[in-house]
Amino acid sequence: MEKINLTIDGQEVEAREGMMVLEAAQAAGVYIPTLCADPDLKPYGGCRLCVVEIEKMRGLPTACTTPVTNGMVVHTNTPAVNDVRRTAVELLLADHPSECLVCDRKERCQPFDICLRNVAVTERCVTCPRNEHCELQQIVDYLGIKELPFRRTTRSVSIDSSNPFFDRDLNKCILCAKCVRVCDEILGVGAVDLIYRGYASKVATFGDKPIIDSNCVSCGECVVHCPVAALMPRKAELPTEEVATTCPYCGVGCQIYLGTRNGQVVGVRGRREGTVNNGFLCVKGRYGLEFINHQDRLKAPLIRKEGNFVAASWDEALELVASKLAKYSKDEVAVLSSAKCTNEENYIAQKFARSVLGTNNIDHCARLCHAPSVAGLAQSFGSGAMTNSISELGDARCILAIGTNTTEAHPIIGLEVKKAVGKGAKLIVANPREIDLVRFSHIWLKHKPGSDVALLMGMAKVIVDEGLIDLEFIEQRCEDFSTFLSSLKGFSLEFAEEATGVEKDKIAEAARIYATNKPSSILYAMGITQHSHGTDNVIATANLAMLTGNIGKPSSGVNPLRGQNNVQGACDMGALPNVYTGYQAVSDPDIRKKFESAWGCSLPAEPGLTVTEIFDASYQGQIKALYIIGENPLLSEPDIAHAREALEKLEFLVVQDIFLSETAQLADVVLPGASFAEKDGVFTNTERRVQRVRKAIEPIGDSKPDWWITDELGKRMGGKGFEFSHPSAIMEEISRLTPSYGGISYGRLDNGGLQWPCPTKDHPGTPILHREVFTRGKGKFIPLEYKPSKELPDEEYPLVLTTGRSLYHYHTGTMTRRVKGLNVLRREGEVEINPGDASSLGIIDGEKVKVISRRGEVVARAKVTEVSPVGVVFMTFHFAESPANMLTNPAVDPVAKIPEYKVCAVRVEKI
Amino acid sequence: MTFDEIESRAIAEWEALEHSDKPRILIGTATCGRAAGAMAVLETINRELKRRKIKATVTQVGCIGPCYAEPLVNIIKSGRPHIYYANVTPELAAQFIEDYLVKDDPRPDLALGTVGEDGVAGIPKLFDLPMLRSQPRIVLRNCGLIDPENINHYIARDGYSGLVRALGMKPEAVIEEVKKSGLRGRGGAGFPTSTKWELCRKSPGTLKYVICNADEGDPGAFMNRSLLEGDPHSVLEGILIGAYAIGASEGYIYIRAEYPLAIERLELALRQATEYGLIGDNILGSSFSFHIKIKEGAGAFVCGEETALMASIEGRRGMPRARPPFPAQAGLWGKPTNINNTETWGNVSAILQKGADWYAGFGSEGNRGTKTFSLVGKIKHTGLIEVPLGIPLQEIIYEIGEGILKDKRFKAAQTGGPSGGCLPASLLNLPVDYESLTQAGSIMGSGGMVVMDEDTCMVDIARYFLSFTQAESCGKCVLCRLGTKQMLDILEDITHGRGKLEDIDRLQKLGEQVKAGSLCGLGQTAPNPVLTTIRYFRDEYEAHINEKRCPALTCTELISYYILPDKCQGCLICLRNCPAEAISGGKRMVHVIDQSKCIKCGTCLDLCPTRFGAVAKVSGEKVAVPSEPIPVTAARPDAKDSDESSNQ
Repeated sequence: MEKINLTIDGQEVEAREGMMVLEAAQAAGVYIPTLCADPDLKPYGGCRLCVVEIEKMRGLPTACTTPVTNGMVVHTNTPAVNDVRRTAVELLLADHPSECLVCDRKERCQPFDICLRNVAVTERCVTCPRNEHCELQQIVDYLGIKELPFRRTTRSVSIDSSNPFFDRDLNKCILCAKCVRVCDEILGVGAVDLIYRGYASKVATFGDKPIIDSNCVSCGECVVHCPVAALMPRKAELPTEEVATTCPYCGVGCQIYLGTRNGQVVGVRGRREGTVNNGFLCVKGRYGLEFINHQDRLKAPLIRKEGNFVAASWDEALELVASKLAKYSKDEVAVLSSAKCTNEENYIAQKFARSVLGTNNIDHCARLCHAPSVAGLAQSFGSGAMTNSISELGDARCILAIGTNTTEAHPIIGLEVKKAVGKGAKLIVANPREIDLVRFSHIWLKHKPGSDVALLMGMAKVIVDEGLIDLEFIEQRCEDFSTFLSSLKGFSLEFAEEATGVEKDKIAEAARIYATNKPSSILYAMGITQHSHGTDNVIATANLAMLTGNIGKPSSGVNPLRGQNNVQGACDMGALPNVYTGYQAVSDPDIRKKFESAWGCSLPAEPGLTVTEIFDASYQGQIKALYIIGENPLLSEPDIAHAREALEKLEFLVVQDIFLSETAQLADVVLPGASFAEKDGVFTNTERRVQRVRKAIEPIGDSKPDWWITDELGKRMGGKGFEFSHPSAIMEEISRLTPSYGGISYGRLDNGGLQWPCPTKDHPGTPILHREVFTRGKGKFIPLEYKPSKELPDEEYPLVLTTGRSLYHYHTGTMTRRVKGLNVLRREGEVEINPGDASSLGIIDGEKVKVISRRGEVVARAKVTEVSPVGVVFMTFHFAESPANMLTNPAVDPVAKIPEYKVCAVRVEKI
Repeated sequence: MTFDEIESRAIAEWEALEHSDKPRILIGTATCGRAAGAMAVLETINRELKRRKIKATVTQVGCIGPCYAEPLVNIIKSGRPHIYYANVTPELAAQFIEDYLVKDDPRPDLALGTVGEDGVAGIPKLFDLPMLRSQPRIVLRNCGLIDPENINHYIARDGYSGLVRALGMKPEAVIEEVKKSGLRGRGGAGFPTSTKWELCRKSPGTLKYVICNADEGDPGAFMNRSLLEGDPHSVLEGILIGAYAIGASEGYIYIRAEYPLAIERLELALRQATEYGLIGDNILGSSFSFHIKIKEGAGAFVCGEETALMASIEGRRGMPRARPPFPAQAGLWGKPTNINNTETWGNVSAILQKGADWYAGFGSEGNRGTKTFSLVGKIKHTGLIEVPLGIPLQEIIYEIGEGILKDKRFKAAQTGGPSGGCLPASLLNLPVDYESLTQAGSIMGSGGMVVMDEDTCMVDIARYFLSFTQAESCGKCVLCRLGTKQMLDILEDITHGRGKLEDIDRLQKLGEQVKAGSLCGLGQTAPNPVLTTIRYFRDEYEAHINEKRCPALTCTELISYYILPDKCQGCLICLRNCPAEAISGGKRMVHVIDQSKCIKCGTCLDLCPTRFGAVAKVSGEKVAVPSEPIPVTAARPDAKDSDESSNQ
């Protein structure tokens, strides 16, 4: 980028091409007041405070909208400039409740001081929630404005308090339009816009209704960007300390500052520099952390005595668990670890299972989300994780988003997708439902649930037939192409159209867009994996990427979006029945030997049982004792009724959690864990980035970090190598034993984390996998055939049920259901049903209906919406009151053992 | 078909019409004519012709300008000059069909003027009329003379020959031709058209846009509407020439949805031009392809500003943005874009048809060509006019407009729409060109010209125009949104008698700040009416503030009505009609207005018989009147014409 030299107030300044005068001035330390400029947003030029004089330019251009040019001479502080600036602020003050800004006593006026001379003035000082944090106030101070020359104009608009997290007081609005712009430019939501004209201009939702009735997603970015008190968080308690840590919700791994005051978490702020989220957060990350202090938090160990839970000491509880677990043989016990816990905790859990209990029966909920990614991508590429990084998405020329409702489940990645579209990328959305991303797409493939292989192979065939393949890449980097080619024969466009329900022209068009707009990136999530043919689906995406050479390069690749904060880390740590840390196979004698010598014990060679198999084995009485850490299978397992019976048949059940979840209620012993805010450690996000979790407050009550609890159990059961005093020591052991984590230590994670593989202390981490060679050497083309879902609609159960997530809730709701505001925004589970289906069933929007499958029935409110295609109903699985997983089909993928959450047959009945 | 074939067919059709034995009747049914009742006249003419079994060609044409004379009907009998009849009613229409078509009496008493070499005794030549004689007709060359719905009429009168000529030239040569003509933007800012085109032509990119700005938003302005209704092809041809010169392949006409007839005629014109291969791919067999769409605007004044206009086409809120980047660099959808006003495009077709030198023969140095104005207000001959640039204001007011209504005193002319300035009588010699108007504190604008007489309060007029611009501010810039509001509040105060002397300075200071600190033309010019009225009519402001007096007797709050005891006859007319029941009195008792009840509606003044003249309207002074009704003592004036009761 070219350097540009200009003069600002006599100072020689160097700037980059494309910079605005304002940025150049700020970089040179020249202060120019502004209320509407924002580094996140496009130049606007509305507040007129940054006007400057530029030689050889007419009038007073605004610094925020004027690009720098060579030889430009800028004056920021002339009488003409200051006149306009001052007049603009004086005009704003006349239209703003501004007594607090110009009172001559304001320096002396503190909150709760009563000013006897002028009550109104003092009252305003202490009641404006932005007092001392108001940008307008700062500019008034800078300009030294002491009086108001203009007459007061008042708007008396009533305050909109409809959103549970923030208030809108338009009386204080200065119309900088930052809220409008951030909602449009960054979020792509457009919940608010400017309406009316002249003095009547104002920010409003569609139809000027309360914000709750708009399409606002409550992310609060507008609140963060508001320079005055027009948009204020409802809970505005200011923190006394801030701790940088990682958001505990989805797998994006947003970096946050947890604000604390008096030992409580009082606020959240996005971290900007060098983070995946660039400071942005979604509604859950920003407003969804009040569960930390929730009264329901488990504060002491509980032991079931005569059917009731009785609080116990740690000694008593741990002794009991240790003595009970010791009774069972290695085939009779199993451990479920947690994708919500830190890497260190997962490491300890699998070490405990393997070295103390002597079993490989350890698994966690990755089985229920991305096991096919691990299995499928390992076959194709040799590594089952996101091939590329989140920040590269914005530069993709094409994004194929299949089976991912990105804006709901991974909102911050959704922003990157929108950014790419904003920069001209083509977006292909393949989804049976009209998800929000469809609005941004160039082409929407509305394929039938479960028909992904037909769709992707159909696209592959077009790419091959039309000569759009990257032959050089295929020949040099891949293998088994010819067998794959022959398997394409069965996927004519006619067949693909028949199987998917998508017009063949559209399939062909999508194929061409994907193949010709490079780099193309594939994003997918549960819509690909949660099928009885989930591994095939994953392989189909891998084939497509290799076919076009879209792998191993920036902004390309195959990118499974991991659902939970640390599901990647839990897998990396070997909380899986077949591998130790870093996917080192338990069946490999050399590796086993390495771990045996490191841990000082002998280890089982046979892979253990998966989650789904553990439940079946429990049901059959084979597994007798189960140690569940931070999971709630009673909502998350398919066919819950079966899962409940399985748990009830156990002789001994230990549940370790922060709340008394549905599952914990069945336990014999409940061990209270500490939340993410109360402990140190690391999470690994969906792009393989290992990031720090830092302790912000002391554990609530007598709860303890999960690593400590499992570690104590290990010690009490005679395990060796459980003498850890801090997670950093566990991390050291992990990096010693795990090649891909070899270079990772806490000290290196302070500036933005590291992406594995990071084998050595000086390795910079790996943003893009498979650059020179695939992890497995050559990329493997795998032939596929189309297999329909296991349970298809019939006369008795004529509709397809598909399940997913809501933006406002997370997993089984243990956390989000304890955040009041989130339950205002989405208070119950809904059955989304197409108006056509609804009217033929006589169902009206909002009425309660019964959804019935072969496995059970649930009652929920119907939401009649075009989002759901004809013949398909949709439910989320967050709500214990209407648990969708009562209905889902436990049929599993033969390789990955993932249940078919995304397709089962149901019928809907009026009540 | 080649263009030669198209042209010769069109000329044949036109000549057949000209030399037809059948009489032709042209009726102006543009929006202005329709407002004056042209459709009823048309209906009558058709009915009468049918009833009398007269074979005649009736053609609806656009406006030729003299609005005061609408509806206008032109009757052409074979071999005779055109005869124009003014202010035609259905009755009159029936009358001259009878008189002229049947009995061959041209009725000079009803005729306005003739067009043609021969004259008709007793009827002046139309273009010798003071209103029309100093008007060269370049942009309006076809308006009122051709059927705007027939492309052949346009072609027969040299239409599209400019495009043909341009296509035979290099694009750079076309720009050079426009440069030589001296044409400047007729939207108001007067930027040289050729420079604008050149910038856009040189801008890198393959997809470029041209836009025709037909978002005529000034209150009382109708130049663009009349042109599009009367001669849409002249604008289309201009756009095509511009697009060729610039290298644009897509175009938009942004027009107010309030102009349904113009839109209808434009759509028809587009279809016809497309059928002739004048729009579309490979126009007239050349490598030049161009497509054009019509975008209807929703009537926001600010959408006349080019960046706001483009935002509106893109489907966003019409709000101006800062330049750079200029539209020529990154305009519509980020592509190089050239926007010109409707009238500019109308000029372009004429320049290419007749040549730059011919065009440059009109106007003055640096201000070449003509400008159309909608001449409205307190003037005798309101209408759409086209004058050479540089013409003295005086000539427009007193020759073309024939002076002030009721021969009152000229007070001011406001040019440039609501954000133009008010020019006083002392500036009547001002040449109407871009620089002179700017120097005088006004602007050329798109061509609104409002004439005010002595009864117009200049403070109130400033308040009125500012209330318009304040309400139309897009709200983006603080100074425009809130500064104009503060100014408006001060003006409200002054017109209500609450003004303070320092208010004038404050208005001036704030007005200058709003101009200096606003992003777009709206804010930069909105204070003009206030600033110029202060500059030229400061005494009126001072009278309002110091004496609580409105010299023009306009500001309701500052005027009072009194019933003069020496003139009142106690006739009860005003008493009975006062809507506020503010008048007390009785038969033959002097009526008295209760000033606290009076709502200043003026009904008493209007109804008091002129021969009594007993109601006085005053401002800033008091009239001595009795506090209670007293018996009438005034001598009764002669009641020659009527009894007072007939006035009721």
